[in-house]
Amino acid sequence: MDFQVVVLAGGNSKSLTPLVSKVSPPTLLDVPKPLLPVANHPVLYYVLQQLEESNLKDLIVVVEGEDAGLLVGAWISGTFVDRLHVEIAAVPEDIGTAGALRAISHYLTAKDILVVSGDLVSDVSPGAVAATHRRHDAVVTATLCCFPISGSSESGSSGGKDKTKKPGRYNIIGLDPRKQFLLHIATGAEIEKDTLLQKHLLHAVGQMEIRSDLMDAHMYAFKRSVLQEVLDRKDTFQSLKQDVVPYLVRSQLKSEAVLSGIRQAEEDGNEKVSFPNNQVMVSQILANASTPSFHELYSMDPDGSAQTRKTHKCCAYIASSSSYCVRLNSIQAFMDINRDVTGEADHLLSDNVIGPSPKLGTKTTVGPHCMLGEGSEMGDKCQVKRSVIGRHCRIGSHVKVVNSVVMNHVTIGDGCIIQGSVICSNVQLQEHVVLKDCQVGAGFVVTAGSEYKGESLARKEK
Amino acid sequence: MDPRRTARTVSDPKVRQVGFFTPAPPERSISDPPRFQDPIQPSSPSPTQVNDHSPSGNSLSPVMIPPAHHHSDNFLRTALQATSPTKAFSYSAKTVTIPPENEDVASSFSPGRKVVSAKSPSSFPGVKASSVPASELTTVSVVNLPPGISGKCVYKLKGKLIAEKAGGASVEVQNDRPVSAKTLKEKTSKAERRALQEAQRAAKAAAKGLNLMSVLLTYGYSVYLVYFTFEQILNNFVPVDHYVFLAEGTKASSAASKVVTSANTKPSKAAKSSSQKNDGSQVAASEKKGCDRAPEKDRKKDAPHPRMQYDDKSRVEKAKKRAVVKKTEARNRVELFRHLPQYEHGTQLPDLETKFFELDPMHPAVGLQYLSGDIRGGNARCIAMFQAFKEAIKDYSTPPEKTLIRDLTARISSYVSFLIECRPLSISMGNAIKFLKNRIAKLPLALSESEAKSTLMLDIDRFINEKIILSERVIVKHAVTKIRDGDVLLTYGASSVVEMILLHAHELGKHFHVVVVDSRPKLEGQLLLRRLVRKGLSCTYTHVNAVSCIMQDVTRVFLGASSVLSNGTVYSRVGTACVAMVAHAFRVPVLVCCEAYKFHERVQLDSICFNELGNPDAISKVQGREEINYLDGLVNQENLQLLNLIYDATPSDYVSMIITDYGMIPPTSVPVIVREYRRDHLWS
Repeated sequence: MDFQVVVLAGGNSKSLTPLVSKVSPPTLLDVPKPLLPVANHPVLYYVLQQLEESNLKDLIVVVEGEDAGLLVGAWISGTFVDRLHVEIAAVPEDIGTAGALRAISHYLTAKDILVVSGDLVSDVSPGAVAATHRRHDAVVTATLCCFPISGSSESGSSGGKDKTKKPGRYNIIGLDPRKQFLLHIATGAEIEKDTLLQKHLLHAVGQMEIRSDLMDAHMYAFKRSVLQEVLDRKDTFQSLKQDVVPYLVRSQLKSEAVLSGIRQAEEDGNEKVSFPNNQVMVSQILANASTPSFHELYSMDPDGSAQTRKTHKCCAYIASSSSYCVRLNSIQAFMDINRDVTGEADHLLSDNVIGPSPKLGTKTTVGPHCMLGEGSEMGDKCQVKRSVIGRHCRIGSHVKVVNSVVMNHVTIGDGCIIQGSVICSNVQLQEHVVLKDCQVGAGFVVTAGSEYKGESLARKEK
Repeated sequence: MDPRRTARTVSDPKVRQVGFFTPAPPERSISDPPRFQDPIQPSSPSPTQVNDHSPSGNSLSPVMIPPAHHHSDNFLRTALQATSPTKAFSYSAKTVTIPPENEDVASSFSPGRKVVSAKSPSSFPGVKASSVPASELTTVSVVNLPPGISGKCVYKLKGKLIAEKAGGASVEVQNDRPVSAKTLKEKTSKAERRALQEAQRAAKAAAKGLNLMSVLLTYGYSVYLVYFTFEQILNNFVPVDHYVFLAEGTKASSAASKVVTSANTKPSKAAKSSSQKNDGSQVAASEKKGCDRAPEKDRKKDAPHPRMQYDDKSRVEKAKKRAVVKKTEARNRVELFRHLPQYEHGTQLPDLETKFFELDPMHPAVGLQYLSGDIRGGNARCIAMFQAFKEAIKDYSTPPEKTLIRDLTARISSYVSFLIECRPLSISMGNAIKFLKNRIAKLPLALSESEAKSTLMLDIDRFINEKIILSERVIVKHAVTKIRDGDVLLTYGASSVVEMILLHAHELGKHFHVVVVDSRPKLEGQLLLRRLVRKGLSCTYTHVNAVSCIMQDVTRVFLGASSVLSNGTVYSRVGTACVAMVAHAFRVPVLVCCEAYKFHERVQLDSICFNELGNPDAISKVQGREEINYLDGLVNQENLQLLNLIYDATPSDYVSMIITDYGMIPPTSVPVIVREYRRDHLWS
């Protein structure tokens, strides 16, 4: 199919601080971001699963940091052996998504590249994005999706710091009237300033629809040649979302010879045998047969001269509102995804929700939308509601877990009450701890009888 | 406008100027060597040469048929060239194999960049062939796939079908047919053979005990076909042919009766299998090729027959099971057109999109473009299809224990059935596919895979260049002689050839006016108009409902065609017949421009039995004008049926002349072209 898939499984983990940590001295306790368990599966699992379902079996996974790469590689080879052909590339940290692609640029050989973020939990079909891309022969196709309407932002935690980050996720996106082409894209940070729209673009299109209810799902299809050229020329570009894609969208009507050389080369490659004259006619027939978009109309001068202005197309694939698409980029999102995956979007997980043979004490109730990992034990008279509990947890009696995520190997003493919290692996909660809207880092020990509200607890860095 | 008005009064002599009515004995044109120009020679159609023909003189005889010889020679030559190792096609460059030490990838990494060496268990020794030199990338997980897995299901199916065939009583039928066909083999045209098939089929169904009414219903159009094939032949052919075909007709009928008697004795299973969608031409083709019967059969099962009757419920169900694209059928279909496929538009596209990567290596993008209407027009669809095939052939590698000839044919068949699901094939595409399959079947067995592939790709290129591009040029060259200063030319829709004619005439400095007639819902004429106006032609734009008013000013009508059938019927964009009829009534000559590769030996008298149905929403809604919503909510009503036809058939009476790459011919001469040249079109 001539598509290469790159999964960018890095990303800054600052917004998820107590949950994930940098693995500078790799210990068993720490998890890099791609392996952060969402409903008892690492978040990367969802992306790879999705790709596998679409029959995309040759992947390149880019991980920030070598140690993280080691862990991710180990996990993938354990989970997806004989199912996927995965190659791992470890890139230095903090070079951004564009930098990561630049680092592996010389491995990209296919005609088009599909770039997927590793923290995407969605059921948007990559095939659909690729199809849109190919249909229009676009330079870049971005996947846009509506914000999940589940009302997630209100429920759950009321921790102030998450809320303040929220507006940053909004984008201003301009579409053409047929919702096929991307005319403008501005991410959260730039919206604070005035947004500049290009006059000639508006002139060419005639009508632009500006929307702010769409989210960039960070699944892009790029034309490889263009992507590489942009990465080469603009070596200050750090991020795909904030630099590369807006640049391509901005320059779509005056592409700075980005395409000229390539198009020539492609044609030469196709046509070794026949006379070039005929090739021109073939392409002309094909061009005449298709409905021209505003790009072609713009590139042709009205006074009848040949194509003078170079253009390229930037497409948008808008996922239907019924599809699920969330990026795991904040603790809030983490909670939401956990809840949705066990709840309404449970088709994302193929396996069963309750693991084999959990040991439940008498009068212990597990409500709907819950997930229990294998080998977890619970004492008497516990209550679990809308929560995810990992593998091999030991939970004492009279424990109440509501709206929370408990990862693997957690020990919870008797009489604890946990609400809206995230408890990472190997945490020990002693008796009668009360946690509300807290995040407890891996390996932390909460002493008996303590009460916390809206705090983030983590071990001190050694 | 005024000068044109006055010109109209002398419309009678104009018909003579076209040159169609001058009686032209075919011997004259054939024995006229200096005028014959090989349409294949790339050098001949240059604009300067066109000038040599004085526009007013009758320099081109109306029927100009050069003898057939060149194509096969050309193809042979190229095939030989392609086999020579100097033309090295580097398709194998992609399959870079990694040296054997890739079992230990970690050791070859540069020390500066330590990379993970998490590796899969070494139980998959040979599968790590990746195109990426693994210096920095680490393969952590591999898939244990045999190389040809994507084609697996196809083969499985094929195997089963062959087994079925071998076991079934259908063998009897298979044996029977060659006998009857062989007697006819020398002289029958394809229409003849098809007629024979239809007769057999109808006879067998009758023998099976169906009542006559249902036979007529199911095969109604076929029966028409049989009947009219003979009649048309009698009407249209020159006297010599007349006798030949009469003789054959009796022969065919006797053969048919023989089959009927044999069918009576057969068990019902045999009758059933033979009444399946056999196509006479396909059977005949496989006989002629003689080498790959199985894929041919396989294809028949695999692909929905291009002329499947969609009002036959059981067959539609069967076809649905095989379908790649999920389709919901439209509910309220017009009674007369129930036999044509019509689906709810809008449901197919998302479904196909999600399957984008699951399909075969064939690029579904082409199908998508058909489906969404991004590519339209016979030539463009044909070229796009061939380019996709070319890429598919380029990526193709023969799976183990298969031969390229058989496997590739089956593969192409599956692509074709996919394309049919996206949009029914045009006749030009059908001809082109036939050509390609024939080329595959004719490949010498001794050829290596890369050689065979390069030969095929050269063939495809040649087809595009010679049959489409060059013939367009030749047509332009011929047609330009019919344009004179002061002419008012009318065209309908957006034909690529007509556009080239107009542009070329403009380049030659002729002064004429163009009337572009258009129609809803596609409004293709606007695109043509835009290109013409940009080049500086003076144009008038109107819709087809005004054609009777504008026709009084017009001196020539140039029309494109999707196909020309062997009774001279022009099968083209819907509305063409209307324009041609009005032109006929106003005594304006109608010139149809059509490449010879689009000719088809089928005979069709109306636009009902074979047509394509478009999206009914396209006519019930007006794009860009939401306020016209009178039909909203009515679309699913039981008593409302929307009909959006794509094609129509123009009877040959309305066509003055057909301009093709073999010259300018009257529509009655189409069967001659079909008979004389199809062989080197497709079977060369």
